[in-house]
Amino acid sequence: MAATADWPLEIHRLLAAAGVGIVGYAPDAGHKRLIELCHAERSMRAVPLTTEEEGIGLATGAWLGGERCALLMQSSGVGNIINALGTVKECRIPLPMLVTMRGEYGEFNPWQVPMGQATAAVLEAMGVVVQPVREAADAPAAVDAALRLAYNSYVAVAVLISQRVIGIKSFQEQAAQ
Amino acid sequence: MSATLKRREVVAQLLEGRGELLVVAGLGSTAWDCTAAGDHPLTFPLWGAMGQAAMMGLGLALAQAKRRVLVITGDGEMLMGVGSLATIGVQRPANLSVVVIDNERYGETGMQATHTASGVDLAAIARACGFGNASTLTGAGEIAALRAAIHGAPGPNFATVKVVVEKLPIVLPPRDGGLLKARFRRALLGAAADTQ
Repeated sequence: MAATADWPLEIHRLLAAAGVGIVGYAPDAGHKRLIELCHAERSMRAVPLTTEEEGIGLATGAWLGGERCALLMQSSGVGNIINALGTVKECRIPLPMLVTMRGEYGEFNPWQVPMGQATAAVLEAMGVVVQPVREAADAPAAVDAALRLAYNSYVAVAVLISQRVIGIKSFQEQAAQ
Repeated sequence: MSATLKRREVVAQLLEGRGELLVVAGLGSTAWDCTAAGDHPLTFPLWGAMGQAAMMGLGLALAQAKRRVLVITGDGEMLMGVGSLATIGVQRPANLSVVVIDNERYGETGMQATHTASGVDLAAIARACGFGNASTLTGAGEIAALRAAIHGAPGPNFATVKVVVEKLPIVLPPRDGGLLKARFRRALLGAAADTQ
């Protein structure tokens, strides 16, 4: 149970083990614990962003300087990075992105549905490798594979963590996070 | 007050004797300006990614804390990523400087006015975001001090340099993004970068 319930802790451990030194993020309730873990990690610089698009520049600059950067965002934020992903592809910047999904499994906000339903398609259209995670137990292995794929093959990889894994079912539950 | 400074002269002066300076050049005119001053493996000229130049500077500055990092970009490019000034203000990298070459125009698309032409003050925004040094320069006598700040003043530093509107010959850097990335990393990190 611990392994599935505490997938953020497992992901944090994998990011640290992969030598990720910079973690850029725009907040999401689904990433709350992982963001806190990254801020507390002395080997990482957690960088809050005003928009997810900034993360693409951050990761590109970090890689130019020899540092590994990963990004955390919500699926709605994927819509903010599309043009900037062209730089990642043209320059072959290794870029792992951990995306917590909305508008997908039992969504309670209809305004989240259009981008949530388009997330995988627009990422794939921009050449990003997409790895969905539907069960918490699968998250660590998927993130481990994504980190190795990104850094060994110089590509952008998005792990889409299903709303089913995050488990927030209402505005009230989200507010109580 | 109408501008008198010429962009190519300003950029050439800022990059003169650049030493170990790492440079990100925003797309369009500032990339041509930096190339006109001398193509260099430790300049990363952008051909796209509009709005991302300052953030690339931040990523580079965080990764290379012992090196000075300079972003040279245009007013239109800076405006597209203006939130990055807030993000940089939170991180406060002491080794980063952002210089906007401000002709108050979108120079590559027909010289349409940018927001700075209507008085939007990028230096004031940067100051409000936490840049310790943030100023608007209009005189030739101010460029030497800016160059010195880029190389030594505790940052993050910001300057807008008001320049005249002019159409100049385009001086192109290499276009291949993979090449630009690889040569930058090799020049900075050595041959080990190739197998990192």
